[in-house]
Amino acid sequence: MTTVVVIAIYLGLLLALALFSKTLFRGTSKDYFVASHSIGPFMLLMSVFGTTMTAFALVGSTGKAFERGIGTYGLMASSSGLIHAACFLLIGIKLWAIGKRYGYVTQIQYFRARFETKAFGYLLFPILVLLVIPYLLIGIIGAGKTIAGVTGTKLKPNGDVIAPGVFPEWTDNGAIPPWFTGLVISAVVLTYIFAGGSRAAAWANTFQTLVFMVMGILAFYLISDRLGGLEAAIDKAKDTHTVRTLSEGGEVGTSKWTFFSYMFIPLSVGMFPHLFQHWLTAKSAKSFKLTVVAHPICIMIVWVPCVLIGTWATGLFPSDIPSGAILAKTVGKLVGNPIIVGLVTAGILAAIMSSLDSQFLCLGTMFTNDIVLHRAKKKYTDKQTLFMARSFIVAIVLITYVCALLLYEKSVFDLAIWCFSGFAALTPLVIAALYWKRATKMGAYACVIAVTLSWLTFFAMSGFGGEYFVLGGIVPAAIMWLIGAAAMIIGSLLSSPPSEKTLAKFF
Amino acid sequence: MNKKRIIFIVFVLLLLLHQDCWNWDNANLVFGFMPVGLFYHACYSLIAALFWGLVMKFAWPSELEEWAEGGPDSSEGGAK
Repeated sequence: MTTVVVIAIYLGLLLALALFSKTLFRGTSKDYFVASHSIGPFMLLMSVFGTTMTAFALVGSTGKAFERGIGTYGLMASSSGLIHAACFLLIGIKLWAIGKRYGYVTQIQYFRARFETKAFGYLLFPILVLLVIPYLLIGIIGAGKTIAGVTGTKLKPNGDVIAPGVFPEWTDNGAIPPWFTGLVISAVVLTYIFAGGSRAAAWANTFQTLVFMVMGILAFYLISDRLGGLEAAIDKAKDTHTVRTLSEGGEVGTSKWTFFSYMFIPLSVGMFPHLFQHWLTAKSAKSFKLTVVAHPICIMIVWVPCVLIGTWATGLFPSDIPSGAILAKTVGKLVGNPIIVGLVTAGILAAIMSSLDSQFLCLGTMFTNDIVLHRAKKKYTDKQTLFMARSFIVAIVLITYVCALLLYEKSVFDLAIWCFSGFAALTPLVIAALYWKRATKMGAYACVIAVTLSWLTFFAMSGFGGEYFVLGGIVPAAIMWLIGAAAMIIGSLLSSPPSEKTLAKFF
Repeated sequence: MNKKRIIFIVFVLLLLLHQDCWNWDNANLVFGFMPVGLFYHACYSLIAALFWGLVMKFAWPSELEEWAEGGPDSSEGGAK
């Protein structure tokens, strides 16, 4: 019960911070959506990093390392250090400049102007929402699995009870049920973004990113200490998980083709709508410098301990345990002090909520600016605009909540990869828009439609969110990216070039 | 050779170095606790940070900042 009280206190503190940030809220829709460009380099780093590192980074990476071993780090973390920063520099800063010069707030506003087509926004908007939903899902599923793992009955390998569950009258193993955790997490995040908009999200992100980094390091230290030190801990790991050798059945290790083709997935940051909004809320282009340089290091600080914990856990738990529960089970089993367990769990929830807030906020911004207010004949007040944004966010949260309950057994890591794959496959669109004068609206339509169709096809073939490879180990993201790039090039070359006015404006 | 070309060559080199085939089956431990394959990629993250730090220092796109600040029209988009 102490653990649950600590988590509740943390959530209370978060709400208090949001209420404080509300005192700085200017009451305008612009302040709500982009915090009036008042976010400096440190908060930008914390916001971008906190948003990118969701349940995927903590719960997912630990679970994947438990399944496949240390190759998990190279698959996503080290490649992201190189590719994410490249996207921030080559895409982010250029978009910041265009946004600053012409006042764009969302991707869709930019693409509409660049490709000289208003209708394009109506095609892209639902696709972006469709791809964001798996990202939201992993947050709610990850939180449910974490809280269930921490609060459920702890058993010895022989089945003897170490500690009973926190609420034995509620569920069979005494764990807090996922539906309740999802409800609480969604309500807390909605409360603080409704209170202060993007400013509250930025403050909460900074606070939560610091919390989950500190708690992650604390958990790592305590777990390794309980296992007898770092050397004793790695001795407990299965030998198959300390190398990348692919097992005969392909369940453990990583193939070289998979490892290579995973390099396409971090490209997703170039098209994430919430990162686009973060780019727009930066004070100046120089605010990006710290993010570009520190991002690979921050990833390393979080991912190395998680991958090691997942690898150590191979010697502690049977391999049939759901991978999403590994981090919580390891923390619950090895970190005996309930206060520390509560703090570490709060850290995991912090990582999850720091992603949900930006995404919720961004969806509301896109809906009001790109769909409702675009071509609106009626002049809406700030109050009406905020009401529409908030209503849309609530609708998306409800859809996500229901989907999370239905897809609860899916792997957090694999669902995240599907989300990232879709956004990564759309990057030829933004790269061409920024750097290729010959890119046209026909190319843009062809790219988006080709990527969407291929994503839906592969997603269905994977069993709606499972791990899936093609051609002997290549991830679908690589194939979809090539399809998107080819469609962009062919569509553009088969149509008339953009007008001189548009080219003069953007190049 | 200009700065952009050097950055591009180093970037491609880093992409190739990410595929450390020589560590695939190496079960040795660094410092007695860190599998070689993980240690290599942790160092890779630090080198990536160093690389981007140097890019920031020597090839910052200041012309882009000037272009952005000198815009004639910042009211075309924007949160309404």
